[in-house]
Amino acid sequence: MIVLRKRPAPSPLWRWLAPLLALALAVAAGALLFALMGHDPLQSLYVYFIEPLTSAWSLSELVVKATPLVLIGVGLAICYRANVWNIGAEGQLIAGAIAGSAIPVLLPGWNDPTALIAMLLLGALGGAAWAAVPAFLKTRFNANEILTSLMLVYVAGLLLDWLVRGPWRDPGGFNFPKTVSFEGWHVMPVLTGRVHIGAVLAVLAVLALWFVMARGRAGFAVRTVGAAPRAAMFGGFSEARVVWGVFLLSGALAGLAGIAEVAGSIGQLQPSISPGYGFTAIIVAFLGRLSPPAVLFAGLLLALTYLGGEAAQLALNISDKVAQAFQGLLLFFILAADTLVHYRITFRHRLSAGEGA
Amino acid sequence: MGAFEAFMLTVIAAATPLLLAAVGELVTERSGVLNLGVEGMMTAGAVAAFATAQLTASPWLGVLAGLAAGMALSLVFAVLVLTLAANQVATGLALTLLGLGLSGLLGAGFVGLPGERLPKLEVAGLSDLPLVGPLLFGHDALVYASFALTIAVWWFLFHTRAGLVLRAVGVNHDAAHAQGLPVIAVRYGAVLFGGALAGLAGAYLSLSYTPQWIENMTAGRGWIALALVVFATWRPGRALAGAYLFGAVWILGLHAQALGVGLPSQLLSALPYLVTIIALVVISRNRTLTLTNTPASLGQPFVPDR
Repeated sequence: MIVLRKRPAPSPLWRWLAPLLALALAVAAGALLFALMGHDPLQSLYVYFIEPLTSAWSLSELVVKATPLVLIGVGLAICYRANVWNIGAEGQLIAGAIAGSAIPVLLPGWNDPTALIAMLLLGALGGAAWAAVPAFLKTRFNANEILTSLMLVYVAGLLLDWLVRGPWRDPGGFNFPKTVSFEGWHVMPVLTGRVHIGAVLAVLAVLALWFVMARGRAGFAVRTVGAAPRAAMFGGFSEARVVWGVFLLSGALAGLAGIAEVAGSIGQLQPSISPGYGFTAIIVAFLGRLSPPAVLFAGLLLALTYLGGEAAQLALNISDKVAQAFQGLLLFFILAADTLVHYRITFRHRLSAGEGA
Repeated sequence: MGAFEAFMLTVIAAATPLLLAAVGELVTERSGVLNLGVEGMMTAGAVAAFATAQLTASPWLGVLAGLAAGMALSLVFAVLVLTLAANQVATGLALTLLGLGLSGLLGAGFVGLPGERLPKLEVAGLSDLPLVGPLLFGHDALVYASFALTIAVWWFLFHTRAGLVLRAVGVNHDAAHAQGLPVIAVRYGAVLFGGALAGLAGAYLSLSYTPQWIENMTAGRGWIALALVVFATWRPGRALAGAYLFGAVWILGLHAQALGVGLPSQLLSALPYLVTIIALVVISRNRTLTLTNTPASLGQPFVPDR
């Protein structure tokens, strides 16, 4: 049977090896899954993981998909460091997209660089406002933030649905459920291909939070509250302030990701604006070991799983749900491999009754 | 059948999957384990039940397959959090993502097909009685099973020695371990039971509630069941009351849409989620109520010293 022994300190070697081991195991499990569905596993893995990296078009698409994942993932990483479980980033993304879109929809005449800046700010504000609800309910009423933040995902989706089918529907859009197409300064400037400046914002967010977590007093408060809430209390750190802080921060980043998606890749509001980036970003945060610089690479990797899913759908005629299944497998293996960081695993035969426990 | 009976029948249908999943999770949480993967296990149960019933033309085999699928996923969860001491919150989320992804993948070929429906258990003569007839008789077996399981769980938890052991493990796993109680084995059992019931809840959705397979057909019911456990302060009787309350809210929203009350349909669809939030707040704000009822070891990993 398996016996765990706590290491005196987390193993620095496994800290690096664990995510790689998890990735290898997830790829192996993916190959098995492909084989079970009757496909050549090696060829499927090539289609899924390698082919998307071989053309300029798909490389730019990789960055486009990594942009929201990194923006949201880095915020969630800070949240989870503080042991605050915001799992409603998908709803905060939608709320941000809605708030930011208010300018092109309601004030179409305001179309200059300040309009774009206002859209981004409104997006961040919208996401933060949506995240403020679970923060308030947790700090004021002790309500479980996992459940409240998740319930608000459904509410945000329905709010978006109502807006694009009702008051915000494009009057000249032949009754399609979408808003007017964004134009001019209502669209994110493009860097190359379809890569827009949202990618720059994502990198900046990672750098800023890396610095804050490593150097800032706020970063210290987050880590202390997360690791030892009682010590934090005696140390004079307010748990409620940390809860508010990390919720507003992660909500704002998710909202920014939402408006960047709508004004960058999609170009209008429509009933569905995200293939679950807010949930996939949870995996990004964990694969990045809750540390900002690593989240950047984790975001690119998870973006590859989306691209691979699309490629597999086209080349192998598999449902693109394969991406979601693979992402779930990956998170499982990340969490299992994490055990190796904190515990020494030994195997031993079942004890005979006389030996005691 | 009058309008009231018709309304109550739909409430029963809406409440049954919530009740099944909530009672299962209640047992899991009473043992000190928080499994946030209910939504994933329910979806897996729904697709496994539908596919099996479709292929074998037997809804009963479908029910079994749903139960097995929920259990299989919960076993993966148990290995991670119990044997490998992984973070319960994150592992539960992984279970939900995996369950939704695998179900979408395996169910892709079954979308839109007509399904098998669980037979209604009619009792000759009794089902035709006014009012009580349609309310008490003529449901399918899972509706009766949900009541029987709720009562069985209540009796098990509070009137048997094994139930006492399970609760002791949930309150203080170190003390239970020191007493020589098999903490990990008890928790394996409780997690598997929760998985089985979540799978049954899924089977009810795809074999009775809407006998077909639609992606994301659980629509957050797994998460609402989790909230129900908190709302019920970990007591089976209150879970029953809560499930019917939430079921009624779900159906009221649908009926109001059909009647066209002038509110946007999306607002009415959002009602169950908003009511869930309000219910959580109402219960959680009373700290003594939650503190005295929450299993004290809930969510804490247990690694025996030797």
